[in-house]
Amino acid sequence: MEAVTSRGAATVTLPTDEQILITREFDAPKHLVYRAWTTPELVKRWWHANRGEMTICEIDLRVGGRWRYVMIADGEFEVGFHGEYREIVPNERLVSTEVYEGIPDAESHAALDTLTLTEMAGRTTLAILVEHPTKEGRDAHINSGMEAGMQDAMDLLEQVAVSLR
Amino acid sequence: MARAATTADAFNAVAEPRRRQILDALAGGERPVNDLVRVLGLAQPQVSKHLRVLREVGAVDVRDEGRQRLYRLNGHALKPIHDWVKTYERSWSERFDRLDVVLEDLKQLEQKEEGDGGSDE
Repeated sequence: MEAVTSRGAATVTLPTDEQILITREFDAPKHLVYRAWTTPELVKRWWHANRGEMTICEIDLRVGGRWRYVMIADGEFEVGFHGEYREIVPNERLVSTEVYEGIPDAESHAALDTLTLTEMAGRTTLAILVEHPTKEGRDAHINSGMEAGMQDAMDLLEQVAVSLR
Repeated sequence: MARAATTADAFNAVAEPRRRQILDALAGGERPVNDLVRVLGLAQPQVSKHLRVLREVGAVDVRDEGRQRLYRLNGHALKPIHDWVKTYERSWSERFDRLDVVLEDLKQLEQKEEGDGGSDE
């Protein structure tokens, strides 16, 4: 069987001063996207985005439960995020807070993330709406991606092929 | 009273919703100030103030034609904002490319289970 992956760019827009909206379509049903999103050993395989190794991935998937992701970026510095689940509709919707641990007074700058999964003909559209209390927080959030050490885009096709063997 | 400093950078220039409205209005082409006043529903001095901030960062260019001042968008000055979002977008794209790999594995696993332990092909 030939494996086909749908490589595509994420779309990032800034709907309001405080929001970031990230969308992407996946060639998989939504229950699998949800599983890959909420199972620690699976999250560890993709969340690092080639920027390092994920050392901590804790997911207590229940309302009021906490999550924490830590990665060593570029083998040098630690980047940590955590939050609390606020709303859970399995396979469809996940609302949680998100705190970037690298800034002073981090808790007060928590963002609210809403993940929605919509399936159509076996494909899933994923949308993450990140809402910050302030525009400054939103802007800092986008900058945090760069601090984590931006590398040139890597072509993962080979890796994909290898992992499927 | 001292006027608040307007930092000469594209990010600050577009942080103001009215100024984004002006940029949207100019996206369709060059327009005279009067036009912008009408579209925004603001008094002329306020519109001029916003236009001045946009001019300072180069987001709009102005030229005089007869008695009219014509403004047009200069997309080049807004490129830093575009780049800034693009970098963030790229990091998510790479994350999602990896997620594709995981999903492909999950799909195959599921097919195998459904196929009641069928062949590995």
